[in-house]
Amino acid sequence: MADLLPEHPDFLWRNPEPKSSYDVVIIGGGGHGLATAYYLAKNHGITNVAVLERGWLAGGNMARNTTIIRSNYLWDESAAIYEHSLKQWEVLPDELDYDFLFSQRGVLNLAHTLQDVRDSVRRCEANRLNGVDAEWLDADQVKEVCPIINTSDDIRYPVLGATYQPRAGIAKHDHVAWAFARKADELGVDLIQDCEVTGIVKDGNRVVGVQTSRGTISAGKVALCAAGHSSVLAEMAGFDLPIQSHPLQALVSELHQPVHPTVVMSNHVHVYVSQAHKGELVMGAGVDAYNGYGQRGGFHVIEEQMAAAVELFPIFARAHLLRTWGGIVDVTPDASPVVSKTPIDQLYVNCGWGTGGFKGTPGAGWTMAHTIAHDEPHEYNAPFALERFSTGALIDEHGAAAVAH
Amino acid sequence: MILISCPDCGARDETEFHYGGQAHVPYPEDPSTLSDEEWGRYLFYRENTKGIFAERWVHSSGCRKWFNVLRDTVTYRIAAVYRNGEPRPTLDGDSQ
Repeated sequence: MADLLPEHPDFLWRNPEPKSSYDVVIIGGGGHGLATAYYLAKNHGITNVAVLERGWLAGGNMARNTTIIRSNYLWDESAAIYEHSLKQWEVLPDELDYDFLFSQRGVLNLAHTLQDVRDSVRRCEANRLNGVDAEWLDADQVKEVCPIINTSDDIRYPVLGATYQPRAGIAKHDHVAWAFARKADELGVDLIQDCEVTGIVKDGNRVVGVQTSRGTISAGKVALCAAGHSSVLAEMAGFDLPIQSHPLQALVSELHQPVHPTVVMSNHVHVYVSQAHKGELVMGAGVDAYNGYGQRGGFHVIEEQMAAAVELFPIFARAHLLRTWGGIVDVTPDASPVVSKTPIDQLYVNCGWGTGGFKGTPGAGWTMAHTIAHDEPHEYNAPFALERFSTGALIDEHGAAAVAH
Repeated sequence: MILISCPDCGARDETEFHYGGQAHVPYPEDPSTLSDEEWGRYLFYRENTKGIFAERWVHSSGCRKWFNVLRDTVTYRIAAVYRNGEPRPTLDGDSQ
């Protein structure tokens, strides 16, 4: 039998020693950092780039998310960047030559109250005006898409209908990271693990390098892509971010036969559920209330999401919880990301994706790479600059974000 | 689930409380004189400390009073609880 097994793959990237200097240093080797490096090389020809990761590649939120991909956000600015991201998801398996199991199985965002229905129908119409596939389904149509949902009217919060985005889906998160990492490495990017940034080196108001646990590295430009630790890095650099870091938990059940054909999210009873390719039910909910950097949260949050899941899916009642975990999400006041220049010259920040960063991986990388290369934002991330917190031009996506922040 | 000692009611489960974020953020004395940047900072910017953090909680299911807590945002361990209006206590090992 042994000779029938595939060869163990070679390492997907080199593990180089850090050089003393790079044109661009990206802090954070998660999905967003890796995608930024990839698009810097591919779209802009900038390959003298290092991605510094304090742990191992994609070991933070990239390893902890629930892999949901969709673009059905309300406002024009959001639709533009999330839909661009979804369009990249659709071509990336070929482009990166890596089948990371992107499965466009659709997403249902459930409505349980009259106000939910009104908001959802409005969001569908806004989506369609922005070229995002979206339709409103009544409860019977919801049942056709996902037969295991309880659409009876005798539960506490009956399902009145849902928005449906057929092009939404899931992907295998670790393979996504490895796909970006392998291609970025091939294009010449140095991926440096076990390298924690301990300080930002400046000359006047201009960033010129970083101090790390593996020595000082000088850099023409520096990009922060550190999600939950963005505030810590910004403080090192001498500026503030409108970010609060919270624990966000997720969980999986044991492996089951395929029963759940799509992705279901409920803002109101507060759970989101899909079934991974291997068969485990993957669930998440809202953040823990308090600020936290501990990568863990309270069990009462798990308990509430399980209660919501069982009410919506009675078939799950006897499924066993296999594993729970937590990540640290960087939450902004308007539930929209910050992809922006900073008050420090040649220093850029990508953060604030909160509970929804995975889906934004290609869009964040694409626009961040453009911002770094041109020292100007791309049209898709210009509205997501830090300036909106003084101009007041917020992009409030608390409704479409689908979980409480 | 963390256990929080309300100054009036004693130790209760976290689920009896609601969170209020950073403590000791005064309302601007004369808001009309602030620039857009200064007003934006008051509205949207709060400290996001990794370590001991002074924060507000309200005992929603009990006495319904607000109070302050010093809590480590990495271990989630509570180091001190004090009433609204009292100054931030000094902890052993504080550098200031």
